[in-house]
Amino acid sequence: MHNHVLQGFKKTVEQFPDKAAFCGENSVLTFRELDRAIDSVGTFILRQGVKKSPVVVYMEKSPEEVAAFFGIIRAGCYYVPIDAEMPQVRIHLILENVCAPLLICDASTAEKATELGFSGKIVEYADIVSGKLSGQEDLIDEKALQEVFDASIDTDPLYVVFTSGSTGVPKGVVGCHRAVNDYIDQLSEVLGFSSETVFGNQTPLYLDACFKELFPTMRYGATTYFVPKTLFMQPLKLVQYLNAHEINTICWVVSALTIISTFGTFKTEVPKYLHTIAFGSEVFPIKQFKLWRQALPNATFTNLYGPTEGTGMCCYYRVDRTFEEGEAIPIGRPFENTDIILLDEEDHEVTKESGEQGEICIRGTSLTLGYMNNPEKTSESFTRNPLQTHWPEWIYRTGDIGRYNERGELMFVSRKDFQIKHMGHRIELGEIEVNAQMIEGITGAACIYDKEKGKIVLFYSGDKEEADMKVILKDSLPRYMVPNVTRKLDRIPLTSNGKTDRVSLSAMLK
Amino acid sequence: MNELIEILKEIHPDVDYATATNLVDGKILDSFDIISLVSEIADKFDVVVSAEHMIPENFNSAQAIWDLIQKLEDEE
Repeated sequence: MHNHVLQGFKKTVEQFPDKAAFCGENSVLTFRELDRAIDSVGTFILRQGVKKSPVVVYMEKSPEEVAAFFGIIRAGCYYVPIDAEMPQVRIHLILENVCAPLLICDASTAEKATELGFSGKIVEYADIVSGKLSGQEDLIDEKALQEVFDASIDTDPLYVVFTSGSTGVPKGVVGCHRAVNDYIDQLSEVLGFSSETVFGNQTPLYLDACFKELFPTMRYGATTYFVPKTLFMQPLKLVQYLNAHEINTICWVVSALTIISTFGTFKTEVPKYLHTIAFGSEVFPIKQFKLWRQALPNATFTNLYGPTEGTGMCCYYRVDRTFEEGEAIPIGRPFENTDIILLDEEDHEVTKESGEQGEICIRGTSLTLGYMNNPEKTSESFTRNPLQTHWPEWIYRTGDIGRYNERGELMFVSRKDFQIKHMGHRIELGEIEVNAQMIEGITGAACIYDKEKGKIVLFYSGDKEEADMKVILKDSLPRYMVPNVTRKLDRIPLTSNGKTDRVSLSAMLK
Repeated sequence: MNELIEILKEIHPDVDYATATNLVDGKILDSFDIISLVSEIADKFDVVVSAEHMIPENFNSAQAIWDLIQKLEDEE
């Protein structure tokens, strides 16, 4: 049996040729159209002589971008998504890291693509699929595509997605067929996906969060709507959009869900088709969660937990009781075929019964392959399992601290380091500090997350004004990482052993 | 109005709020900016912003936001 992520896709196409697969703001692709686009992109890449290589995708979020991803996979290569809104500096770091021979752009990014200093070939998506580059009759070489498919194995890479890195350089997580297939198996069972599922996607396509919609849509013949970004400031219109498209399943970050509940939207309009709601990446304020449950008493609510390094999500908790304000919703239990172990500081196992805290470590098929061209960071967090030393067995150390509650459910406690979740994004405060320190005239920088207000606060010393710091940092950091507050100090306070004194910095927040 | 400009400057110091009229349409303020702006406004001016006020027209310029605050204050 072949364990390729496109294994069952041709069958889906036969079953639902004219059904909409992916719907964007400006275009829709049916399964037949998607299939043709994927094969066209795949054939084009093969003809370029590009094999088992990273291919960069620099496109606007759209059904066509999905076709480019899967076309790259079809050619036995792996896709590297970069976003039109990422700052140039960050894109450079990513391109430098992956050294790709080919970049696929679209009309909206074509001009910017030529300014990236990209050393490989740049090609526009529309030119590939329209036959402009190959001739209409010769768009697809089925035989060549089949050969690549037959030769693939399930530990071959599929994608490299980049996540924040504490040293200032983003880390590229490399994922493979086997882990994605396993993840989609487990997730689909827990959330009950089928051909009837209509997804409303909120998360960006340049991370692994969108796998929850992309892969099940391809596998089951479901439909995914890419909810326009601008609707996430218009709660009423957002709900109307969900209703207009009869969207029944959403997997959103908590801050996107609370945008609806905070403004009393449910008094006017309820997303009446929704029956499956999954959320994660952040703590759900119980007050807001209760509003959702009241509005949709028959829907299921599932908390998902998992780092990108564990391929999508690895734990879930289906809400089965009421929570009081101040209580936290558990992250529950691992998906089947995934094991979670808690390790204390001496690498001893923390048992479920003890109720003690330990670092959450993941074991199993769902592990990604490691970080792209980054052996140091890879060996720091992908390590041998200290509980089993007889043969090499790998675990991923998440850096998250967890414990089991008296019901035996896994609870998230805190972070071991300075990684935070802000507006649903995973951010290393260290990356912000490094970028601030690189600014001319800056002598010191330290970042603190003000949890109460949900704000990133940058303390710094040097000869720049507070307002200028934000403006300068916008050039090197993605929008969601730019500090909300900048505070100039004469010097950054240090502890007696010379480290940044975060305790006294936190005290300054008050 | 000055208090409002101060809040806005906190979010994006490099924007000239006296002249900008496309804060939302020009993607200067994204949805998360708007959400934090609204919570600051609610705190500072003691007004309740509800779903029907959350439309781009009310946030495209500092003047539009100010008008919204005035309207909400009158309704109290």
